[in-house]
Amino acid sequence: MSTVKLTVNGKAVSVDVEDRTLLVHLLRDHLNLTGTHVGCDTSQCGACVVHIDGRAVKSCTMLAGQADGANVTTIEGLAKGDELHPMQAAFRDNHGLQCGYCTPGMIMSAVDIVQRHGGQLDEATVRHELEGNICRCTGYHNIVKAVLDAAGRMKVAQAAE
Amino acid sequence: MYQTTYHRASSVDEAAALFAKGSEAKYLSGGQTLLPVMKQRLASPSDVIDLAKIKELIGVDASGDTLTIKAATPHYDVATSDAAMKAIPAVAYLASLIGDPAVRYRGTIGGSLANNDPAADYPAAVLALGATIKTNKRSIAADDYFKGLFATALEDGEIITAVSFPVPAKAGYAKFPHPASRFALTGVFVAQTKSGDVRVAVTGASQSGVMRVGAIEAALKANWAASSIDGVTIPASGLLSDLHGSSDYRANLIKVMAQRAVAAAG
Repeated sequence: MSTVKLTVNGKAVSVDVEDRTLLVHLLRDHLNLTGTHVGCDTSQCGACVVHIDGRAVKSCTMLAGQADGANVTTIEGLAKGDELHPMQAAFRDNHGLQCGYCTPGMIMSAVDIVQRHGGQLDEATVRHELEGNICRCTGYHNIVKAVLDAAGRMKVAQAAE
Repeated sequence: MYQTTYHRASSVDEAAALFAKGSEAKYLSGGQTLLPVMKQRLASPSDVIDLAKIKELIGVDASGDTLTIKAATPHYDVATSDAAMKAIPAVAYLASLIGDPAVRYRGTIGGSLANNDPAADYPAAVLALGATIKTNKRSIAADDYFKGLFATALEDGEIITAVSFPVPAKAGYAKFPHPASRFALTGVFVAQTKSGDVRVAVTGASQSGVMRVGAIEAALKANWAASSIDGVTIPASGLLSDLHGSSDYRANLIKVMAQRAVAAAG
């Protein structure tokens, strides 16, 4: 057992876990943040993506201990109170989900993509950059539309700040 | 995953000391291969020793005719490094093709080379550029480092600390990725050294891991042009054959990818 100390969605937490615990299980089983999903368990599907110190990574492919001292943002930490993050709003407005299982990971990866490209995105780039996130319902069409829509909204929001 | 004990090392020396104490210890860098393997219970190290936060193992630096990438530098940081893009753009480009964006934030060059997956990208660059692999004990030339599938010249407990690439006159990389895994079904790295020598390395295609292709090297040495590879015949013997592609298919891919790599190198 080890004590892992980290910041999750702005809140400092300290959790005792077995050393073999994956970060995704710390989030889901110990902190009850079940918005982060386990899809494949083979590091391919991206349903478990969270931000570690601002970078979108697969929380099923990281030991909890590796995140000691890190700043973690999960899907639960994106909205400001009742106001959805622009990416969440764009997914809703563009019907970017069907069953919703992949959606938290899609959104966390998509926010990272927009941040990395400074809002300068085209459809081909979005499709290419989403290669680590698998959706079995939508055929990706509305997901891509949502990301492009959100890129515009995030640029406007940044400019306003 | 089986029980294990996690250690975070703060220096290379501390990591080596922790390794020596463990009964069946393993070094953990980005963990993008080791952790999936542990999850499937195909590996059960007694101890995992995390190298990823060791400051002396992180960074990209170009000076003179050498590009040095420290071992725990993630692929994303290599792909976006000004020093790498300026010194050897083909290496930065190769790093930008590994796995997917989330994997590139975690996976590292040292981890890739220590694992030596036969379809990994970095081994092609290291072998084609004649890089030097620096460890906590010695320096190993690329020609002496790769020993077949998942096998390397590393001794038990030895830690890769950095990789030094001599800056070539020209270099290019082209890969045909497996559509699901993004590993190379075949990837070819071509390099022309500043002294005029040509080295070509192929990953993903051979049953014995990364390899050089003398026939393409000779053709490119005679004339550095994609068209000079037209007449080269690549034998299919010794190449991988699986449901993703026959050995004949991979033999053809070696030629096609080599031509694209030369075109990319200019």
